[in-house]
Amino acid sequence: MAFFSKNSRTIINNLKSKAGLSRLMKQSRNCCSMSCLNNTNCCRFIPLTTIPQLRNPDSYSHKKGFLFCFQRFQSTTSEQQFASLPNGEHNQELDFPGGKVVLSPEMQFLSESPCVYNHCYRVLDDNGQLISNSNFVQVSEEIAVKMYSNMATLQILDTIFYEAQRQGRISFYVTTIGEEAINIASAAALKSDDIVFPQYREPGVLLWRGFTLQEFANQCFGNKADYGKGRQMPVHYGSNKLNYFTVASTIATQIPHAVGAAYSLKMDKKDACAVTYFGDGGTSEGDFHAALNFAAVTESPVIFICRNNGWAISTPTSDQFRSEGIAVRGQAYGVRSIRVDGNDALAMYSAVHAAREMAINEHRPILVEAVTYRVGHHSTSDDSTKYRPADEIEWWKMARDPVTRFRKWIEANGWWGSETESQLRSSIRNQLLQAIQIAERAEKPPVNDLFTDVYDNIPSNLHEQEKWLRGTINRHPKDYPADVPV
Amino acid sequence: MFGVVKQKMLRLSLTQIRPAVSALRSYSSAAKQMTVREALNSALDEEMSADPKVFLMGEEVGEYQGAYKISKGLLEKYGPERVLDTPITEAGFAGIGVGAAYYGLKPVVEFMTFNFSMQAIDHIINSAAKSNYMSAGQMSVPIVFRGPNGAAAGVGAQHSQCYASWYASCPGLKVLMPYSSEDARGLLKAAIRDPDPVVFLENELLYGESFPVSDEFLDSSFCLPIGKAKIERVGKDVTITAFSKMVGHALKAAEILEKDGIDAEVINLRSIRPLDRSTISASIRKTNRLITVEEGFPQHGVGAEICASVVEESFAYLDAPVERIAGADVPMPYAANLERMAVPQVEDIVRAAKRACYRSEPLAAVA
Repeated sequence: MAFFSKNSRTIINNLKSKAGLSRLMKQSRNCCSMSCLNNTNCCRFIPLTTIPQLRNPDSYSHKKGFLFCFQRFQSTTSEQQFASLPNGEHNQELDFPGGKVVLSPEMQFLSESPCVYNHCYRVLDDNGQLISNSNFVQVSEEIAVKMYSNMATLQILDTIFYEAQRQGRISFYVTTIGEEAINIASAAALKSDDIVFPQYREPGVLLWRGFTLQEFANQCFGNKADYGKGRQMPVHYGSNKLNYFTVASTIATQIPHAVGAAYSLKMDKKDACAVTYFGDGGTSEGDFHAALNFAAVTESPVIFICRNNGWAISTPTSDQFRSEGIAVRGQAYGVRSIRVDGNDALAMYSAVHAAREMAINEHRPILVEAVTYRVGHHSTSDDSTKYRPADEIEWWKMARDPVTRFRKWIEANGWWGSETESQLRSSIRNQLLQAIQIAERAEKPPVNDLFTDVYDNIPSNLHEQEKWLRGTINRHPKDYPADVPV
Repeated sequence: MFGVVKQKMLRLSLTQIRPAVSALRSYSSAAKQMTVREALNSALDEEMSADPKVFLMGEEVGEYQGAYKISKGLLEKYGPERVLDTPITEAGFAGIGVGAAYYGLKPVVEFMTFNFSMQAIDHIINSAAKSNYMSAGQMSVPIVFRGPNGAAAGVGAQHSQCYASWYASCPGLKVLMPYSSEDARGLLKAAIRDPDPVVFLENELLYGESFPVSDEFLDSSFCLPIGKAKIERVGKDVTITAFSKMVGHALKAAEILEKDGIDAEVINLRSIRPLDRSTISASIRKTNRLITVEEGFPQHGVGAEICASVVEESFAYLDAPVERIAGADVPMPYAANLERMAVPQVEDIVRAAKRACYRSEPLAAVA
């Protein structure tokens, strides 16, 4: 077999300079003759004999190494492929190290927007009726009722805390109004071992997992019982126990964190995935792009859930990006993606459920774009009527409310009624008001919490500073508030 | 050379028999030499071997054996899951590393140079340094960011900046800067074992330099404490603090000064954060004169912190104004003659020491 024509030698020499190929080629020379390079069948044997960690065919690294080797060697067989295709054909294929290409003499630019809009998956119509021929994951009565209760609880939680901020009892708050279905339905489709990396508009996931109303209140009031020891602004919740990583204020930084954790889960061979949430605005950050690319390359079990709610504070999506939504971006990075009606709790549940199976069983990232509307203001520091019409907000709040839509479905199934509705709402309201009272009256964190956790062990300079501070407080007690325990 | 050392270390770590170690000590008459590169490689190798949670990630660390060959042989030994060649995204892999650390692994993230770490600095500061505090101890970050830092030779402005003072100003980070092979090996092991995020600033020009090493150094449990400086040369007339490459310059300056009857004490800081203020203070109280030396930009540099600290704590002991020697306040030029003038040289340190000892005119105007 005349395999090493002049051209392929040039190709191979060019490729040799690419890291790694030369090493593999040296190894290949040891184990089999040069003819192996042109016979893709033989490639299968090369990794097993020369790269030790691939000896166990069951280990994942074997597959990865094999794929790596196989793809690299594919490119050197181009000469052979080219020679075997009939001349004068328009659709010739060629392998470059950067990818397989189909050649064409026609100059064609890819359009900046797809000719056909992405399908958006929905199962319940606007009146909460099941659409015919829909396929979705069945939800039991118990889960459905729990989902609805949590969605309603989230609504009431938001309303009351927002009012508390307006009354000056807490300094700041961020509501999730309009996005209850995304929060609760996605949480319901996950398991407790799945690690969550939130942005800041996902307290519903914590609520689903068992964070109590009192715990929410403690964090917002920054009191002694706050798991965050009073170190962060309200709504920066976190709970190790519930696998929900503490909210940070930075946008999109949690996305690569999630990929890192997913990679670690894969290395540990755990039956769990990482899940991260972010908004439409967050997809502009470099971190989003780096993370998606990385997740695809490392084949990590991570679910990216984008809450495309149309607004990033006052920036509408038309000023944020010009791609046709977010799901197409996933495809650009080699990530399987879906666009879902984020206000349809049943569709969200099904999509995340399917995403989770694929992520864990196939070791791949999945992107779920949930389209919705941010009914509330960005935060208590924002008045969104300044940049969008008040009746638009009102319409989405009344006509497209995800909570009402889901309620109609469970009522139609006979699982819910107006009595249970009013019972739930008044009970939650009372519990919340009480929790706030307790949180408000509780002591603030002690002074030594100023100095702990900077490092694993308190360094000597901070011990010193704490001593000086206590000395100053003792000498000038009138200058310090009475409710700060020393 | 490297192969022999590796085998010896593997043998020691496998057997871990005390008598064998002390027996080796008694044969240590011939001083062994090791380059900083080999020292770093051995530290990475041993820590990865001892703890399966440790893994290495960065551009070119795997197949290419490391941009500066620091991770030579590691991909072959530990496989592609633990030695990860990343796409070109510092922000990406720093973030992924932090995420893995949040989960509980112990990543070692390599930057090709710390100049590129600026693209990842949000993750280093906001995601790594501050997380333990912001989460009230729920999210610890046992990560190491390492790579070459500071000036090399003829690499221009965007490849020559020193980041010691940038990172050392941030609470929550630890910042280490080795000089010798002993420093490199002992401090890198300490950094990997430390539960806090550590920024480990190496120096490209030191990678190839050889230093004598002891047998204790070759043991796999060898580790240096974080936060302790080393007195490289004991003296009584003037204290010269330095770190990384400048330690070598300071030692050469001390030899020159000795001929002129000035006995200089040279302190190798090793740890920029936490700074070993007690060692510096004790030295000042002995010599009464201070020169700080660094390669980086002068304003808000490490020397500024040391001088302020010494003035605060030991003012009454000073017999002369404190002086800082630093790089020129310009982006690093490329031409060899200009580059030489932009970085402190041995003569600069000698002249400063003489000024501190009143052997020559002070720089400041005397009214």
